[in-house]
Amino acid sequence: MSSHAVTADHDSHAHHDPNLQHHFAEMEQQFECSKIGMWLFLATEVLLFGGLFVGYGLMQGQHPEAFKSAHHHLDWRMGALNTIVLLVSSFTMVMAVWSAQTNNQKALIRNLILTIGCACTFMVVKYFEYSHKYHEGLLPGAFYSYTGPHQNAEFVFFSFYFMMTGLHGIHVTAGIVVLCYLLVQARKGAYNASYYTPIDLTGLYWHLVDLIWIYLFPLFYLIS
Amino acid sequence: MSQHTHSHDSHGGGHHLHGGPKVYGTVLAALLALTLITIGASKIDFGSPSANVIIALVIATIKATIVALWFMHLKYDKPVNGMIFASTLFFLALFFAYPYIDTNSRTDVKPSNWKGPAYMPDSGSAVRGIGANFPVAPAPGTKPVAPAEHH
Repeated sequence: MSSHAVTADHDSHAHHDPNLQHHFAEMEQQFECSKIGMWLFLATEVLLFGGLFVGYGLMQGQHPEAFKSAHHHLDWRMGALNTIVLLVSSFTMVMAVWSAQTNNQKALIRNLILTIGCACTFMVVKYFEYSHKYHEGLLPGAFYSYTGPHQNAEFVFFSFYFMMTGLHGIHVTAGIVVLCYLLVQARKGAYNASYYTPIDLTGLYWHLVDLIWIYLFPLFYLIS
Repeated sequence: MSQHTHSHDSHGGGHHLHGGPKVYGTVLAALLALTLITIGASKIDFGSPSANVIIALVIATIKATIVALWFMHLKYDKPVNGMIFASTLFFLALFFAYPYIDTNSRTDVKPSNWKGPAYMPDSGSAVRGIGANFPVAPAPGTKPVAPAEHH
């Protein structure tokens, strides 16, 4: 494609989309490029959590009895509740993307609010779980000060528990911040059927956060 | 497909529409059902602890696949995004495989010139492993075990 052809094409529509950046030929190309970038970021996220999953797998293999005994301190009902909350938030997130795709502004705003609500619920449940463990002294590494009957390597379990659910919680919190930004922008009518890239990319991030929790839940709450 | 021709319109936007409330609702119902199955399966003893873990991870992987295909749109996407994700999982598998094979092919996972405690008491049995050099606060009521001399 010669530069002449591009210029001619560019001049041909006087009213091109204001969201189209000059280095992209068309909206679809811009969208697909952004999406590849997001998937590359998600790849780094998978590997970031992957290191912790590998560590968990190895240490669980070293101390199976301690891990089994330590997991009884976690309430699986809290974990199940949070799993359901996150799955529902993934649904409302994908519905927010769908609303943007179909130009439904009201549904977009409603679904963003619902997603933020679910995310906050998740963090509130997490807060109650963490404060319970803090008061019991079920803390990672050298901070482990639980006085009840326990096995010596249980602190290893809680090191992984706080590291992995903590890192996950940071991701949920970051998601809430981004979703709030999207909500503000959506109220201004920034997104429509031809431009919803930020909604779609945040959706991808949000689903990955959900996907990681899908593995965290059985590994921490349900090992038997 | 009238929408297909539309997407090549110079007005841009016009991505192919896939999914929809019905599809996503069904996906959510499937994910919630699989969550219940995971919880149910964890209450059943499948013979060995590793069997339970494997079953839980298989169900988690089914859930993750559903999320990736429908919620993350990989089912409808250009293959490049799925390939990025698949290659990530491949490298994650390598990452897991090497330390796992390593620690499972030796009886003592400490380095041969290890100078630290020889073992860490864990429910009475000697525990080998990477975590063996962590300081352990002796639990009240249990007799602290002095680290054995390592020769």
